[in-house]
Amino acid sequence: MAVHRTGNLVGHFHDMEQQNEASSLGMWVFLITEVMFFGGIFLTYTINRSMYPFAFAEASRELDVTLGAINTAVLILSSLTMALAVRAAQVGKRKHLIIFLIATIALGSAFLGVKTIEYIDKFHHHLIPGNNFHFPTTPQMAALDPNLNAHAQLFFSLYFAMTGLHALHMIIGIGVMLFLLKEAVRGRYTETYHAPVEVSGLYWHFVDIVWIYLFPLLYLIDRHQ
Amino acid sequence: MSTTAPITPAARTLPREHYLNSSYGVRSWLLTTDHKRIGLLYLASITLFFFLGGAFAVMIRIHLLTPQGYLVSPQTYNKLFTMHGIVMIFFFLIPSIPAVLGNFLIPLMIGAKDLAFPRINLLSWYVYNLGALFTLYTIVNGGVDTGWTFYTPFSSMYSNSAVVPAALGIFITGFSSILTGLNFIVTIHTMRAPGLTWFRLPIFVWSHYATSIIMILGTPVIAITLLLVGLERIFHLGFFSPSLGGDPLLFQHLFWFYSHPAVYIMVLPAMGVVSELIPTFARKALFGYRFVAAASLAIAVFGFLVWSHHMFVTGMSVYAALAFSLLSYLVAIPSAIKVFNWTATLYKGSISYQTPMLYALGFIGLFVIGGMTGLFLAALGVDVHVHDTYFVVAHFHYIMVGGAVMGYLGGLHYWWPKISGRMYPETLAKISAIILFVGFNLTFFPQFILGYLGMPRRYHTYPPEFQVLNVMSTAGASVLAVGYLLPMIYLIWSARYGRAAGRNPWPSTGLEWQTDSPPPTENFDKTPVVTWDPYDFHHRPDLDLESAAELPPALPAVRPVGHD
Repeated sequence: MAVHRTGNLVGHFHDMEQQNEASSLGMWVFLITEVMFFGGIFLTYTINRSMYPFAFAEASRELDVTLGAINTAVLILSSLTMALAVRAAQVGKRKHLIIFLIATIALGSAFLGVKTIEYIDKFHHHLIPGNNFHFPTTPQMAALDPNLNAHAQLFFSLYFAMTGLHALHMIIGIGVMLFLLKEAVRGRYTETYHAPVEVSGLYWHFVDIVWIYLFPLLYLIDRHQ
Repeated sequence: MSTTAPITPAARTLPREHYLNSSYGVRSWLLTTDHKRIGLLYLASITLFFFLGGAFAVMIRIHLLTPQGYLVSPQTYNKLFTMHGIVMIFFFLIPSIPAVLGNFLIPLMIGAKDLAFPRINLLSWYVYNLGALFTLYTIVNGGVDTGWTFYTPFSSMYSNSAVVPAALGIFITGFSSILTGLNFIVTIHTMRAPGLTWFRLPIFVWSHYATSIIMILGTPVIAITLLLVGLERIFHLGFFSPSLGGDPLLFQHLFWFYSHPAVYIMVLPAMGVVSELIPTFARKALFGYRFVAAASLAIAVFGFLVWSHHMFVTGMSVYAALAFSLLSYLVAIPSAIKVFNWTATLYKGSISYQTPMLYALGFIGLFVIGGMTGLFLAALGVDVHVHDTYFVVAHFHYIMVGGAVMGYLGGLHYWWPKISGRMYPETLAKISAIILFVGFNLTFFPQFILGYLGMPRRYHTYPPEFQVLNVMSTAGASVLAVGYLLPMIYLIWSARYGRAAGRNPWPSTGLEWQTDSPPPTENFDKTPVVTWDPYDFHHRPDLDLESAAELPPALPAVRPVGHD
């Protein structure tokens, strides 16, 4: 069946209601796959954390909790602007939609900028896993975990894998936002047709929620002991 | 819809315009969003990979003709069985029925014009082929020697073969599976024709719904797992390697969390096919329809709770082993519900042994053997005895080949008239179905005995006393190869030269039989309205099922109501 359009209705659907239901359900099902995808790496983290609690607590203290907190605030704010963008699309306010999409893109980019600063800092402190990884170890720490360097490296392996995957999702999200922005400028979204904004909003909120879990897991647990 | 005037077989012709001739040229295929054409694109791709995987199997069986190994070096042998597994599982079995028959039939069966996301459907085919290209690259680049299971730390640290491209190929292809599952779930939820309630859906659709749930929940986990293996191998991030502080058993848990349910991705669609074939060729409504439907979902759910039965000998907690053993036994309940309901459907039916029915009956027998030996393996003591022997190899081939491939071929024959508009040569098809059945059992039954006697899997040599059984198995594989080549040849032949099939050649009750064969691009002239239960052969005057003129000669007329 070739994709024929009648206005915003794609040919194989009966009406807009069916089409909107399908796109919304499609995104929810996709988000379920994302939960399972991140679930695998969260499990890996949890098991290693429970095996090496001391090393993971020590390693997490090397992370910059201030930058992490700022980034958390930035992302929550971007979820707000995204929600406002969806609302603006629903009531057909094109100008507001454009402003809120730009704000969301800006906040998302700010998050990635802060993340880059953090990554560079880890590079300077020899905390990138590999041959040059060196975890600052005191004799007291070595007494509690003789293999601290390896276990701290495991923490940073997980840190980079988890935040890296999250950042990749942010980059894809920003790409989607840029597409929506282009379409919004063209006046594509109206009170009757705004499903792409809605489902992209769902995706954006999901990526934020992943960070809401990553932040305490990586930065906060056992920080003050 | 259905023609009221009886048509004689000779008068049957193909419709003037249908999905195959509505447009021509390479572009019209490579850029199509028609689910039927995408199904055929998948058919071409997976057939290629089926024969590629088969070629590896042939080399394995030739090598095992003699105790010291006949054909290849030990290293090459490792790569042969690995590539056989990877190609057959990820590039043939998992996409087979869903991506070909499911793609083609689900919109037809639910009275829709297409799947919910036609372009995502096409994307999934391209994603599959991208993954397939990495696999082909792996093969020409020397192959992989880890086994299809990629166990760490061998795969992530020590193997000198092309692990990363192979894992990448599976990672990418996984997304085609996710997209297919997503598309099916949304389609079945939102695109059903007026009146087609959930309990009026054919079991084929129910099975694909259950399969899609597994694809959605399981595939992302294998994706992240292989990603972590790749990161460990390239950047030495030590998730799974003990020397880097990681846990190799964690890999096995994550791997089997997908790869056990993946078995149900392979066999559930085949069960769906069989649930369509049995009522049609027994001329009876499916016995216990709601139980069969619910059993599909139960298998999908239970399938996620049993993965550790692949790991009984890893030194896991005995209590965990007990729980996983018990849960593995529980999967037998919904499976048995299906088998008993199929048998009950046959009881007092007007059975005719057309080719699809031969495959369906073959499926039931082989699936029962595969399933029962699965219970042996779920028992903790027996599992330790036969773990990693040919008993396991025989068991899962009875499920995957005896089950899934039989179902796939049965379905392909049954719906071939719908797909191509033409009948395949019945006698030749019956002969090849029997050749296939005999060849299959000759190949794999000796492997049960070999395994029970202690021949380990994945070894390139064996003690001389096992030679007789190995030669039998290799001989069987040759017969099996004939059984696979014949359908490929005559199906292609019949697509051009077979006699025109007409709308409903068997005749059957599903919505897909109410439209032309081959169907028009938009599937139905007007959206059908459903007011009947599935498989109701007695109350469908609209289909004229009792008109003898509509029946092929071999098929007896429907029993009158009240006779049974």
